[in-house]
Amino acid sequence: MSQNRKNDRDLEKYRRMQRIRQFEDLAESIHAQGEIPGALHTYAGMEASGVGSCMALRDDDYMVGNHRSHGHPIAKGAKLRPLMAELLGKKTGVCSGKGGSMHLSDFSVGSLGETSIVGSGVPVAAGAALGAKMQGTGQVALCFFGDGATSEGAAHEGMNLAAVWKLPAIFVCENNLYGMSTPVANAVPVKDLADRAKAYAMKSFIVDGQDVDAVEAAVLEAAEYARSGQGPVFVETKTYRYADHAVNMGRDLTPRGGEEHEWKARDPLTLYRDRLEEAGVDGAMLDTIESEIADEVADALKFARDSEYPQQHEAFTDVFVDPVPMPAYLRA
Amino acid sequence: MAKTTFLDAIRQAQEEELERDEKVFMMGEDIVCNVFGTTTDFAEKFGLERVRDTPISENGFIGAGAGAAMVGMRPIIDATISSFLFPAMDQIVSIIAKSRYIYGGQAKLPLVIRSCMFYGNSNAAQHSDRPYAMFMNVPGLKIIAPSSAYDMKGMLKAAIRDDDPVLCFEDSTCWMNKSELPDDPDFLIPLGKGDIKKEGNDISIIAVAGAVPIALKAAAKLEEEGISIEVVDPRTLVPLDREIICNSVRKTGRAITVDPAHQTCSAASEISATIVENVFDALKGPVLRVTTPDTHLPFSPDIEKPLYPNVDRICAAARQLMDARQTVSA
Repeated sequence: MSQNRKNDRDLEKYRRMQRIRQFEDLAESIHAQGEIPGALHTYAGMEASGVGSCMALRDDDYMVGNHRSHGHPIAKGAKLRPLMAELLGKKTGVCSGKGGSMHLSDFSVGSLGETSIVGSGVPVAAGAALGAKMQGTGQVALCFFGDGATSEGAAHEGMNLAAVWKLPAIFVCENNLYGMSTPVANAVPVKDLADRAKAYAMKSFIVDGQDVDAVEAAVLEAAEYARSGQGPVFVETKTYRYADHAVNMGRDLTPRGGEEHEWKARDPLTLYRDRLEEAGVDGAMLDTIESEIADEVADALKFARDSEYPQQHEAFTDVFVDPVPMPAYLRA
Repeated sequence: MAKTTFLDAIRQAQEEELERDEKVFMMGEDIVCNVFGTTTDFAEKFGLERVRDTPISENGFIGAGAGAAMVGMRPIIDATISSFLFPAMDQIVSIIAKSRYIYGGQAKLPLVIRSCMFYGNSNAAQHSDRPYAMFMNVPGLKIIAPSSAYDMKGMLKAAIRDDDPVLCFEDSTCWMNKSELPDDPDFLIPLGKGDIKKEGNDISIIAVAGAVPIALKAAAKLEEEGISIEVVDPRTLVPLDREIICNSVRKTGRAITVDPAHQTCSAASEISATIVENVFDALKGPVLRVTTPDTHLPFSPDIEKPLYPNVDRICAAARQLMDARQTVSA
């Protein structure tokens, strides 16, 4: 890779991480004021895991995620306007106002869903990998899931199937130390979740999930391995979520043991900015990126606020290809 | 023309669609060895890439069907026995039924999940389910339950070509039913259309799956007693052809719903409620249900077999309805 291309790529990683952080900060604040209905699960603190993973993929590679869904599409390159509009329940939302915060899924960037039943995305990713393999497209399917999902049967069944059929799948386990309020050590008898992969004779990596370059390097290697037909790969990113399981619930349910200070001292954005500056990137350029992202996020919110809500009849479309009947009492 | 069994109609439908469209493939437990005769010689003909034996992992491979469908394939998933759908409830309900909706129409899931209802032969409660009604309560799943070889072939081919997920419930009591089958490779019966299996004037019997042949036998017996029976087979349970049901009951004024499922919240219950809500003014008596009582299915044959709908129970219900008329007119 030429130095220029490497620089562009590095700046893009920083841009995407900034986009996630600023999107999440704004979403949390307007959720607190009641502008976003429902529960909001934010990705702040985990940006390097998502961005490093997605930067290692081709644009046409598939991605499946989970209820902590905002960071994944942004990491894969999605535009912010439809994502923010979705959070506000607007018709212009990426899911037409039917999915909301737990399902920010932009199929135009290769997403096949952000599914909010823990572990349920793993079989879907295995199936997408099967479809890619059968159609000979050379695509891989990457699945994000958390530490909690590694105790779900669906995750094990999906991984087993991918392994026994040598499917081009990458299972990125974002180990953020807590399944809602439950510390991972209370839920899983192994120290490294990557150990789960051994049962499926699956290649695995453990990476520093706060280091976007490290995540990118691991997933690049995983993607090359999977694409070459050797089978799926498990990547455990050791990371940390800054907010509670869902924000603005009134009290933090996460029983943190003081470790939050250590993790925040290794903030993925700060770490990366420092690295870029050490490598000679002009700090003013990074400041410009940050202020451009601030404008982008503000523009997304304005777009969302200016957008219409869906009409009642739209609750009856997309159940099937053809709409289902709407009862008369809703037609008035 | 030679007659073909219900089981062979399934095989023919699959074979023709596998030949027609390279995106169609099959997966399931032990399909290569052809347990029931619906995949005869498929492995040799279509290869192991397109005819895939899976691990015993229903939630995994049914969910993988969803993923494959989302990226352009058209899987036929053979879940063997319908009781085996339960381990896959997660993927069927949360992923397959809801993905098109929850992502605002971005996801497309053209897939068929086949399973047989294997009841009436001492397989005990865990292998004898008729669970379509449970899935009728989940929007987003089309559900078919054909009763003849003719319907089976035309509807399964239509299901494979449909762009929505379809659950196909195959009643094993119909396996040996025979029909003459068209050899037109585009023979399709549209989903959502019921069929009048026999015309009559006094009572409409709306029967589901394996209850249809029993209702036809009961109808023949009742005709001898001077009671004229119309037998309506909805064929598709979702979307349900409410019009054909209501039109029939409007004509006869009496209705019996017959369903091999357990009574509470059965397909028979939904059909009964549809009749009462829409055709109440035409009814000359109550809408009766002939179903399987709300107990489990025991192993021991003598106490299992009488639990299902049978000719005698249907005839008794019909006589009760006709007596009700006489009581009212007297």
